[in-house]
Amino acid sequence: MATAVQSVERENYLNSNYGIKSWLLTSDHKRIAMLYLISITAMFWIGGFFAMLIRLELLTPAGDLVSSDTYNKLFTMHGIIMVFFFLIPSVPAVIGNFVIPLMIGAKDLAFPRINLLSWYIYMAGAITAIVAMVTGGVDTGWTFYTPFSTTYSNTHVIGAAIGIFIAGFSSIFTGLNFIVTIHRMRAPGMTWRRLPLFCWSNYAAALIMVLGTPVVAITLLLVALERAFNIGVFNPQLGGDPLLFQHLFWFYSHPAVYIMILPGMGVISEIIACFSRKRVFGYEFVALASIAIAVLGFLVWAHHMFVAGISVYAALVFSLLSYLVAIPSAVKVFNWTATLYKGSIRYETPMLYAFGFIGLFTVGGLTGVFLASLGIDVHVTDTYFVVAHFHYVMVGGMVMAYMAGLHFWWPKISGRMYPEAWAKLSALLVFVGFNTTFFPQFILGYMGSPRRYHAYPPEFQVLNVLSTAGASILAVGYVLPMIYFLWSLRYGELAPPNPWNAVGLEWMTPSPPPTHNFDETPIVTWEAYDYEHQPQEEVSVGH
Amino acid sequence: MWKNLPLFPERASALAWQVDGLYFLLVAVSAFFTLLIFVLIFVFAVKYRRSVHPHPVQIEGSLPLELAWTLIPLGICMIFFAWGSLIYFQEARPPQGAMEVYVVAKQWMWKFEHETGQREINQLHVPLGRDVKMIMSSQDAIHSFYVPAFRIKADVLPGRYTSTWFHPTKVGTYHLFCAEYCGTDHSGMIGQVIVMEPYAYQAWLSGGGATGSLAENGQQLFQQLGCSTCHRFDTQGRGPNLTNIFGKPVLLDDGRTVVADENYIRESILNPGAKIVSGFKPIMPTFQGQVSEENLMALVAYIKSLSQPASGPASNQAAASVSSNGQ
Ligand code: HEC
Ligand code: HEM
Ligand SMILES: [Cu+2]
Ligand SMILES: [Cu+2]
Repeated sequence: MATAVQSVERENYLNSNYGIKSWLLTSDHKRIAMLYLISITAMFWIGGFFAMLIRLELLTPAGDLVSSDTYNKLFTMHGIIMVFFFLIPSVPAVIGNFVIPLMIGAKDLAFPRINLLSWYIYMAGAITAIVAMVTGGVDTGWTFYTPFSTTYSNTHVIGAAIGIFIAGFSSIFTGLNFIVTIHRMRAPGMTWRRLPLFCWSNYAAALIMVLGTPVVAITLLLVALERAFNIGVFNPQLGGDPLLFQHLFWFYSHPAVYIMILPGMGVISEIIACFSRKRVFGYEFVALASIAIAVLGFLVWAHHMFVAGISVYAALVFSLLSYLVAIPSAVKVFNWTATLYKGSIRYETPMLYAFGFIGLFTVGGLTGVFLASLGIDVHVTDTYFVVAHFHYVMVGGMVMAYMAGLHFWWPKISGRMYPEAWAKLSALLVFVGFNTTFFPQFILGYMGSPRRYHAYPPEFQVLNVLSTAGASILAVGYVLPMIYFLWSLRYGELAPPNPWNAVGLEWMTPSPPPTHNFDETPIVTWEAYDYEHQPQEEVSVGH
Repeated sequence: MWKNLPLFPERASALAWQVDGLYFLLVAVSAFFTLLIFVLIFVFAVKYRRSVHPHPVQIEGSLPLELAWTLIPLGICMIFFAWGSLIYFQEARPPQGAMEVYVVAKQWMWKFEHETGQREINQLHVPLGRDVKMIMSSQDAIHSFYVPAFRIKADVLPGRYTSTWFHPTKVGTYHLFCAEYCGTDHSGMIGQVIVMEPYAYQAWLSGGGATGSLAENGQQLFQQLGCSTCHRFDTQGRGPNLTNIFGKPVLLDDGRTVVADENYIRESILNPGAKIVSGFKPIMPTFQGQVSEENLMALVAYIKSLSQPASGPASNQAAASVSSNGQ
């Protein structure tokens, strides 16, 4: 394949300019996406390092590897980094940034400079948080529950809170940019009903970013103020109310979990369609389900508080609404599965990741249904069951989707192919390692093993050992792509404009795309996933 | 090694069976759907692989299917919702006549005080077959009272009472965990609930350790703190007569009526200005910072004991509102 594309190096976004300044002052959405890619990858490895230490500590029941204070800081910093500095920006700020303008036939996002600013803000937030961590750490858990965080913790709560506060604005700017771009910058003929589902789901996530993030920003600011000046908002001894914090925090953080899945769902829709060469089954329903999730997601926050002392009737209402929000997710899973029916399926790496996503997200979503059930939640809340649930949706779901997307668009991003065999191996390792790590935690949770425990009763050891073993497999699964992606930058086969023979405007421009994306603005006359009219490649693709 | 791999927690309360029943149903339904999706993906992926099925058949979608996979899961979810809520209602409403245990949680220990005056730390002895209600408050951060064998959990908050209850059905020693992260030694904030045969429990009770019942201690405090100068057992006091107020509605001077439950009494002592009893002047001083959490509980227990029967319908009603004290 590679030899066919003889490389008279065409000008593209990577080689149009050289030098560090041309990157740091760029307003090209593709370069900004790369800045994000590098920074969140660094954060992922820092967060992952903390996770490995946590798993090592839990190898034995006694708290012997690190002290309990250190352990508490480890899981706190793991959570803060992974949620706020890796997962929230992952698919939107890297993949979304890169492909949304390409997908809708635009030259850039609506506000290129704000896009660059959002990266600087992200970096400022990340550095603030890291400084807080290096100079002593935080030990409140990523949830910052009051009055522990405001009064009793002796760690750098204010620094971490300010870091997240700052990073929040980068999320708001990205969201704003996506919303305006998708409304205003679509190429002629790209109607809402022709919009790729990846854009739909990022649009839905952007709504949450813009509407929800200010709430968590203010909430964390209040925590910092209460800590510094005892203003008495959350501490009952000062006339405050500790539950107020939980309402405010989850009012953002529940919707935020959908920021952490919707863009991933979009990736999966693109990939399933491409590798089964079919229109996504029930396109309208999949698109609407994204919006339904974004709207309903704002109405279920108190399901994190069923044992916190809310009234019985509030609990009933929030339980009922939580079931409602599970339905659109189920609808998506069924539609993806139905898309495979009578398709023409190819097992490329992105597709393997997508299969993995559907399976793991199904388990994660169904266990969400367990938790929405009041009687069950009382028993398993704040145990490893919840830990397993959210890792199934966030790691099994979103990180799988992120990896799927990176593989899928890597040829477009880098202009190179990655080594297929290694990539398949890594997909397999991730799937096996992930399940070995987190499935035992469901059992642990139902057994009653509380989360955030540095030491635990001996009867929980076997399952914990299994989990740690799984985590090491998972780690290998993540290290591999890191290596072969870097390798491919130099040694990978050159990628043709459309290596997967996919439809979608991003595949109609060279790989890597020129700075201005398209030589002339495309005019769209077909629906999304129009595989019917896409010429079929030869049948036997030997890899 | 398999001895070390229990897959299921012990069942030691009346409620445990119900929770497990619902759990089994959820596991069965989830296993069904997970398998369904796995099998479908597998079959489609093999049957329609590119080499044997090169020409895909384009399908727009199907409204009946969309309706089916919206409405059927919704219907199933409503069963889970109803069953889960029924269990939750029981958990929120302690039965009449439950034995009461007062709990103070602090970093990082559990302090228990029985009505009869026994105090324990990180250990709770209870008799088999009685309903036991916990009335709990925290001295610092939020903690959570969790006994997996009973399938119950309730957060313990500073500044107010929350409650939970259980009905032990099996003699034994069970884990007590703090389930809400509370700082350095959170994972050391553990203890045991020891369920004993009633006769053994009686023997344990008479084994000493009690320094007067909780209500008696409260009575003494009531004198020492000078409450009795204003609150007299006639109508001449500057404050209301506290006999028989517990569990009854109280008319406030702004026209509202509230039920005098544990949280109301607590608030009346710590923040008397918040709710003024109709016909009285707001002269009661605040005792915030002057009474410890334990003494506060003794005062509450004493004022409750002034209303007879001590744990009749009154405490039942109050219990409901204790657990529903959110905003
Ligand atoms: C200076 C007199 C005074 C003292 C001392 C005093 N109180 Fe009061 N108390 C009042 C008055 C007056 C009211 C009614 C007005 C109000 O609600 O604040 C009241 C109300 C109450 C109520 C609510 C009664 C109801 O009918 O709803 C409780 C309970 C109570 N006090 C308990 C105590 C306790 C316990 C102490 C001692 C720690 C105490 N009080 C000390 C004057 C006093
Ligand atoms: C499919 C529908 C879902 C339902 C019904 C659901 C339900 C719930 C419930 C009830 C809880 C509270 C558990 C407890 O603390 O007791 C919870 C926790 C959580 N869920 Fe979900 N969930 C769903 C999907 C998701 C998704 C898609 C994500 C993220 C991508 C997610 C991430 C989380 C996280 C992070 C927590 C725990 C937060 C913490 O306490 O640290 N959930 N979920
Ligand atoms: Cu939630
Ligand atoms: Cu704790």
